[in-house]
Amino acid sequence: MSAIILFWAVTIAQVALAIAMALALVRMIKGPRAQDRVLGLDTLYVNSMLQLLVFGIRTGSTLYFEVALIIGILGFVATVALAKFLMRGEVIE
Amino acid sequence: MNHASDLPLWAALLVAVFLLIGAGLTLIGSFGFYRLRSFYDRIHAPTLGTSWGTAAIVMASMICFSVLQSRLVLHEFLIGIFVTVTTPVTLMLLGRAALYRDRSEGSSEVPAIDPPKGVLDETKMVDEESAYYPPE
Repeated sequence: MSAIILFWAVTIAQVALAIAMALALVRMIKGPRAQDRVLGLDTLYVNSMLQLLVFGIRTGSTLYFEVALIIGILGFVATVALAKFLMRGEVIE
Repeated sequence: MNHASDLPLWAALLVAVFLLIGAGLTLIGSFGFYRLRSFYDRIHAPTLGTSWGTAAIVMASMICFSVLQSRLVLHEFLIGIFVTVTTPVTLMLLGRAALYRDRSEGSSEVPAIDPPKGVLDETKMVDEESAYYPPE
């Protein structure tokens, strides 16, 4: 019983997160200006991090936690660097 | 999903509810990000995913692994704290960069740097030097 409940919840959550990733990707490709694309990339990073956490629940292994943490850290650094680039025209001055 | 049958029913229900809440909120946030019109509207939408979307999925993961390994597994907490702390930093930097770009282009959608005329009455402002050294 609990396996069925968990299976359907994980499946629905993964489909919802996949749709969310697709929406962020569409905005990233379409986005009229550069800041929309950067924000789309940030949203895509967060959504993929959550997708990996849900995948870890599905497989029952804690291996995916590290991957999700690294994606979160890289997403933060990437977005800060891109925002700095949009502001100044260079990342390290 | 063989490990899932080891979970008691209450834990499975709790994990399922938290997963659905988190994924649903993230989907709503991303849909708003896709749908809203201006950048300054759009920058608010993904925070749904980074606040309660992340928190709910992290809590589901913590409950699932704590019950499965029958000990307290709290390292998912790191992700929650990290995302909660870093999202405002990123979005404020990005918002300021967008504001700077819009202003330097002279866009009419954002307020200008200079305050509008008449807000500050400059004649009544005390000159700093005369305040410190009053005339004899």
